[in-house]
Amino acid sequence: MASTTPTQIDTAPPVSRSKGSTGRAGDKIFAALSKGSGILLLVIMASIAAFLTYRATIALSKNEGNFLTTFDWNASANPPVFGIAVLLFGTVVSSIIAMVIAVPIAVGIALFISHYAPRKLAAPLAYVVDLLAAVPSIIYGIWGALFLVPQLAGLNLWLDEYLGWTYVFDKTQIGVARSLFTVGILLAIMILPIVTSVSREVFLQVPRMNEEAALALGATRWEVIRISVLPFGRSGVISASMLGLGRALGETMAVATVLSPSFLISFHVLNPGGGTFAQNIAAKFDEANEFGRDALIASGLVLFLLTLLVNGAARLIIARRKDFSGANA
Amino acid sequence: MKLQRKSMLRASALGALVVSGALVLTACGSDDNTKNTDGTTKPSAAAAGDIKCDDAKGKLLASGSSAQKNAVELWVKNYMAACPGVEVNYKSSSSGEGIVAFNQGTVGFAGSDSALKPEQVEESKKICTGGQGINLPMVGGPVALGFNIAGVEKLNLDAATIANIFNDKIKKWDDEAIKKLNPGVTLPSTAIQAFHRSDDSGTTENVTKYLKAAAPDAWPHEAAKKWAAPGGQAASGSAGVAAQVKQVDGSIGYFELSFASSQGIKTVDLNTGAAAPVAATGENASKAIAAAKIAGTGSDLALKLDYTTKAEGAYPLVLVTYEVVCDKGNKAETLPTVKSFLNYTASDAGQKVLLENGYAPIPAEINAKVREAVSKLG
Repeated sequence: MASTTPTQIDTAPPVSRSKGSTGRAGDKIFAALSKGSGILLLVIMASIAAFLTYRATIALSKNEGNFLTTFDWNASANPPVFGIAVLLFGTVVSSIIAMVIAVPIAVGIALFISHYAPRKLAAPLAYVVDLLAAVPSIIYGIWGALFLVPQLAGLNLWLDEYLGWTYVFDKTQIGVARSLFTVGILLAIMILPIVTSVSREVFLQVPRMNEEAALALGATRWEVIRISVLPFGRSGVISASMLGLGRALGETMAVATVLSPSFLISFHVLNPGGGTFAQNIAAKFDEANEFGRDALIASGLVLFLLTLLVNGAARLIIARRKDFSGANA
Repeated sequence: MKLQRKSMLRASALGALVVSGALVLTACGSDDNTKNTDGTTKPSAAAAGDIKCDDAKGKLLASGSSAQKNAVELWVKNYMAACPGVEVNYKSSSSGEGIVAFNQGTVGFAGSDSALKPEQVEESKKICTGGQGINLPMVGGPVALGFNIAGVEKLNLDAATIANIFNDKIKKWDDEAIKKLNPGVTLPSTAIQAFHRSDDSGTTENVTKYLKAAAPDAWPHEAAKKWAAPGGQAASGSAGVAAQVKQVDGSIGYFELSFASSQGIKTVDLNTGAAAPVAATGENASKAIAAAKIAGTGSDLALKLDYTTKAEGAYPLVLVTYEVVCDKGNKAETLPTVKSFLNYTASDAGQKVLLENGYAPIPAEINAKVREAVSKLG
């Protein structure tokens, strides 16, 4: 008798007696299901990575050029010569331009919606910004090629004239603005909604007490934002930016439609030319032979690694900043 | 109140979705050039009686070149109307993809802008038991050089000048070389913006083959699907290049004639050395293809085009697309359909469809050999 009593307590906790409960069996099934899903995800990821690595190895073993430094992509030729230098450069530069433009604007919109706008305006505005995310990227591409590119001619001339001394904005080649700079602007518009909506959520989470305390000390609205909202939201804004960066790095159709690709590295961002991983895959996939596709897969693997690196770095930054923000107050 | 506002927002969201959805659909339809400039579709030329269905049955899959997409679509429509119960499905992707599918044995025939390469023929022997892949020239067409120069209606160029323009050697429209070819035309000093394809393309290969053959001194690059010359700007697909030419003043670019006629883009007349410059039309392209020699052996009818022809009214910047099939060892279940369908496309009625739609028929002499090869398919 004495030995059965503890077992009874274990098997029949009071919670499981409530109406509608499935008892211990439900727990077990659910645990198994979620464990299974977790493992399945890992298996899928591992097999994708294995497949990509396998195909990439085939391509890399026959590459006559240097995969890291060759400025050319001739993977379907015999012998194949291809390298990712230009693609890596273009991907990183266009994403940096996009981040530089998008993040301040997104934070501004988020602050306006969460702290300045009258309530009647805030909700619709948030909704409109989120709607930008629902527009398919090919639409951005068409809009970019037919509207944005001709419109940017004036801005490019202006930048060339007044900021040409920076080297970066020196436009040395004639031609319409099918450049990395234009791509950056387009990507900035495309990542605005994700950065804005996550930042807005974070700014709304700022403890009321922090803000009220600041107000009680006589802070103006801007000072409230500066001393309580921004420090509290910093890690959130960083993770939001990284989400946006993820989209910018991998954007395909919009870039392929707007950019005039070339296999040259140039810091003159107003000149037409450059290329990104995803754009190159979209452009070359159709006519590539089997080997050419393996080469494209190899370049895709590099993009995959780049995205992993960026996300990892973001995690590190957030983990380090957490102690100083209000997140654990 | 709050509920109402929410549902209104939802409605507007739905509206936005519908609008963007419609845009996507229009975008997909943009490469449909079967319509004439006046917006009407011409009636198909073939009466059902011309098409022999023979033992054709079931489903025939095919894939390949998008350059012949519009022609094949019309053929398929006429053919399926005449032979109920047969389904021909041509997936217009690209020449490269078509040949890969053919050599994997998943399609009955492939469409390709360029003839099979030796290694591709080797590979095809695995699929065609006892035979090999052969090229049957089926659709011809002019590649137009579209231009957009304010105030200029007509422009004559020769191969060397075109090569120098795309090679970034000639930079302004009022260059002496261009002026000399266009007496009496006032050319502005606008900078030339030359557009080429950013994706690998059979059209690029044909243009560079032409430049390499007709202006070897001015065009040092190898003919290839990938654009090799420096300078200029790139756009994706024929539609992309045509859109840029239409939009940018001082531009020139190359694409199939149908893209020029459907968008009202002016095209360059070629100065071939004939008495008068030749315009890009289906008839003129046919005349140039007539000067081609057959480079293949046996049933293989791969053509060697004569890009330097000086024949009157022959437009040498042409593209010939092939149907790639097995000469022997075709799959038993698709062979009757392949034979009967290609029989129709190579017939007079089938070739007539081409001329009505901005393509060029294959000249009679070569066409007769195509028919013979089709009848021998096994």
